[in-house]
Amino acid sequence: MGAERTTMGKAFQLIPDSASTFAQAIDANYYYIWAITIFFTIGIVAAVAYFSVKYRRKHKDEVGHPIHGSLMLEITWSVIPLLIAMSVFVFGTAAFFSAYDPPTGAMEIYVVGKQWMWKIQHPEGNREINELHVPVGQPVRLTMTTEDVLHSFFVPAFRIKKDVVPGLYTTLWFQATKVGDYHLFCAEYCGNQHSGMIGKVHVMEAADYEAWLSGTTRGETMEASGQRQFEKLGCSTCHLQDNTGRGPSLKNVFGKPVQLQSGTTVTADEAYVRESILQPQAKIVKTYTNVQMPTFQGQVSEDGVLQLISYVKSLSEAPAPVAAPAAPAAAKGGKK
Amino acid sequence: MSATLAPPLHTTPEPEPQFPAKHFLNTGRGVASWLLTKDHKRIALMYLISVTLMALLGGFFASLVRLELLTPQGDLMSAEQYNRAFTMHGIIMVFFLLIPVTPAILGNFLLPIMIGAKDLALPRINLLSWYLYVIGAILTLSSLVLGGADTGWTFYTPYSSMYSTGAVIPAALGAFVAGFSSILTGLNFIVTVHKMRCPGMTWMRMPLFVWANYATSLVQILGTPVVAMTIILVALEKLLGFSFFNAAAGGDPILFQHLFWFYSHPAVYIMILPGMGIISELVSAFSRKKIFGYSFIAMSSVAIAVIGFLIWGHHMYVSGQSVYEGLLFSVLTFLVAIPSAIKTFNWAATLYRGSISWDAPMVYAIGFFGLFLIGGLTGLFCANLAVDLHIHDTYFIVAHFHYIMVGGAIMAYMGGIHFWWPKMTGRMYPEALGRVSGVLVFLGFNLTFLPQFLLGYMGMPRRYHAYPEEFQIFNMMSTAGATVLGLGYLLPLVYFAWSLKYGKIAGNNPWGAKGLEWETTSPPPLENFHTMPVQTEEAYAYADEGETHHG
Repeated sequence: MGAERTTMGKAFQLIPDSASTFAQAIDANYYYIWAITIFFTIGIVAAVAYFSVKYRRKHKDEVGHPIHGSLMLEITWSVIPLLIAMSVFVFGTAAFFSAYDPPTGAMEIYVVGKQWMWKIQHPEGNREINELHVPVGQPVRLTMTTEDVLHSFFVPAFRIKKDVVPGLYTTLWFQATKVGDYHLFCAEYCGNQHSGMIGKVHVMEAADYEAWLSGTTRGETMEASGQRQFEKLGCSTCHLQDNTGRGPSLKNVFGKPVQLQSGTTVTADEAYVRESILQPQAKIVKTYTNVQMPTFQGQVSEDGVLQLISYVKSLSEAPAPVAAPAAPAAAKGGKK
Repeated sequence: MSATLAPPLHTTPEPEPQFPAKHFLNTGRGVASWLLTKDHKRIALMYLISVTLMALLGGFFASLVRLELLTPQGDLMSAEQYNRAFTMHGIIMVFFLLIPVTPAILGNFLLPIMIGAKDLALPRINLLSWYLYVIGAILTLSSLVLGGADTGWTFYTPYSSMYSTGAVIPAALGAFVAGFSSILTGLNFIVTVHKMRCPGMTWMRMPLFVWANYATSLVQILGTPVVAMTIILVALEKLLGFSFFNAAAGGDPILFQHLFWFYSHPAVYIMILPGMGIISELVSAFSRKKIFGYSFIAMSSVAIAVIGFLIWGHHMYVSGQSVYEGLLFSVLTFLVAIPSAIKTFNWAATLYRGSISWDAPMVYAIGFFGLFLIGGLTGLFCANLAVDLHIHDTYFIVAHFHYIMVGGAIMAYMGGIHFWWPKMTGRMYPEALGRVSGVLVFLGFNLTFLPQFLLGYMGMPRRYHAYPEEFQIFNMMSTAGATVLGLGYLLPLVYFAWSLKYGKIAGNNPWGAKGLEWETTSPPPLENFHTMPVQTEEAYAYADEGETHHG
């Protein structure tokens, strides 16, 4: 794998490999701001140097010319920097927004950080630690959380980074453009072995990826694991699919709006399902007021919750990429 | 040189300056006269000594960090030790150097004199704030023997409150206590500026150093209580099991970041604003010229103080906050760049048609120019949402804030201490050595931190004990630069100490500068002025002839 040369292990490369669809836009912003920085630094330093020499003190009692100021100049050097700053804002924000919404139909992969490793689950059942295999040219959406402290999932070659936060799902998406092996770093300080919480992202040709997926390491799919836990934890005794159980049926729920007792509506995304498992009383479905669902906090791991979510997703006819949630849903995450 | 001597320019030689017979240093002797003093000048000198000691300690931890990073493997220290070293470096430098350095030393000494007052309005409170500083410092340092704090100076939850095994609480409580020292200094300055100005000292005649400290004081008293409260919440969670930030118990780990940065971003302005005030004084004094755009410089300080409170979220673009929050914080962050740009242009314009001399303080001021420009402009990378996605939590950020805080705030402080040292002690230091030190600091600083911008974009995360090999070259340059930088900082310690005994007697006004502090003796008497000063002109009125407006 990694037919092409990549950043890893190479001696020196000022700009890391560009291996995702965002890299170009972010690099363009980077060069644009360097141009501004160099222009103003050289311009002002040159002016200071020129004045310092031209107006150097000629005799010891000399004083400078009494110049009070100039409104025109003040306006000029306020407005021009303001316009330049706004252009930097606009370019950066445009690139940031396009990096935020995953396209529909993105491949789903689940990431759980813990001191000091990255645990990754593919829906097909493959699990890996500190390695992430992805196909080239296909949008991939990561749904991420952590078992302990904050970490941050950072792939320099993709120019992306996102914190993983306890109790919250954060999402990140990318589309790799170049086959190869790339650094995966934890960017948020997380304790002793922070600098050891590193790994590799392997970007593979689609066919190689398929071959890897069907390799020997494959266990049962996340959906199947989720279903098994759904039975084992007793979820299935109340959440009957024909809606005759004590809890609401979960069929065709994922990705759809849910009416709550409080009168508001939420979309059943990953964060909502997670919260309903761990803090069932936080949002109660309309007409289910008197049901005291117990919390499963401490009884199911973060990996397990993700598997349960996979299963709930599979109960929906069209597994809509809900939380494709643009920003807000992803950000609001599981609490409130 | 021709053998025949030209007739001297001044036929009557100026009298040799005399050391004043009675001044604040010999008014009262013995340890008690210092430890119980209410004189702002003595308190300033006590701060000078304690802050310098803390800076040396912070520098020691910085050198441990830089030595470890010479090689990619974590071989000098264990990861535990490394994490404690960078944490201690950060806590000491932020809370015990950068925040107090200019207000508590130079501000304390000069602010009353500059506005023609006898002392600060609340002298006992002033002494109390020094004691709080010392208690805070001892608390923080006690964490070193209790196992060391390993959270980084940012104390992020839930690591600090639930997972760290280090002595987080003493370190954080030290910052908490030092915070009150900072609040009280700010309060004192505000009251003093409002109530103690001498006759004729109107608001718009105040030196810009006073304006800058006034704006800083506003930030100190409004922002610091928030971080104090936040530290208490962390302590309650860690010691008593409350859950404010623990997600499993319904808390919110990101809430901590909002509270922390609500103070700690404005704290950046607590660090840099007084430095900007110093630069205004230096640029004017060493071009012997009225500062260009006085009111714009004064008001831009206030604007920075106000906008500075609205942009904390730019530390959290990738924390999981929504894109819309990111958008808002980004645009406000770009706005705060404008008042800084206005100051920079006005300083440069002040040089135009001045009478410029390159004495040691001016070397530092010009060095500040170069470093602050780079620091400010690289802020554009960090404020840009897309670029930050890549550089957040990398060495780019480390380089950027060192340019602002060390290249900006400390460079300005060094310029200031070289400028006012003769006033504070009555003695001149070897001025050529001062220039050498300024140049060393400038070169060493750039060699240390310029490579870190590139390192950050290459992808090296901050707070890494070990790192992949391709990052080594820049790390080596950085460590080499830090060595030069260290020499540049140590040199003044030597010649300042030397000057106390052997330095040339300075006289009232060795630089030929304007301002009330140059009209009294060096060092000043206990009551600052022998007769009540009256301000009869605008600040920086170097030329006698009528005002000429330009443009």
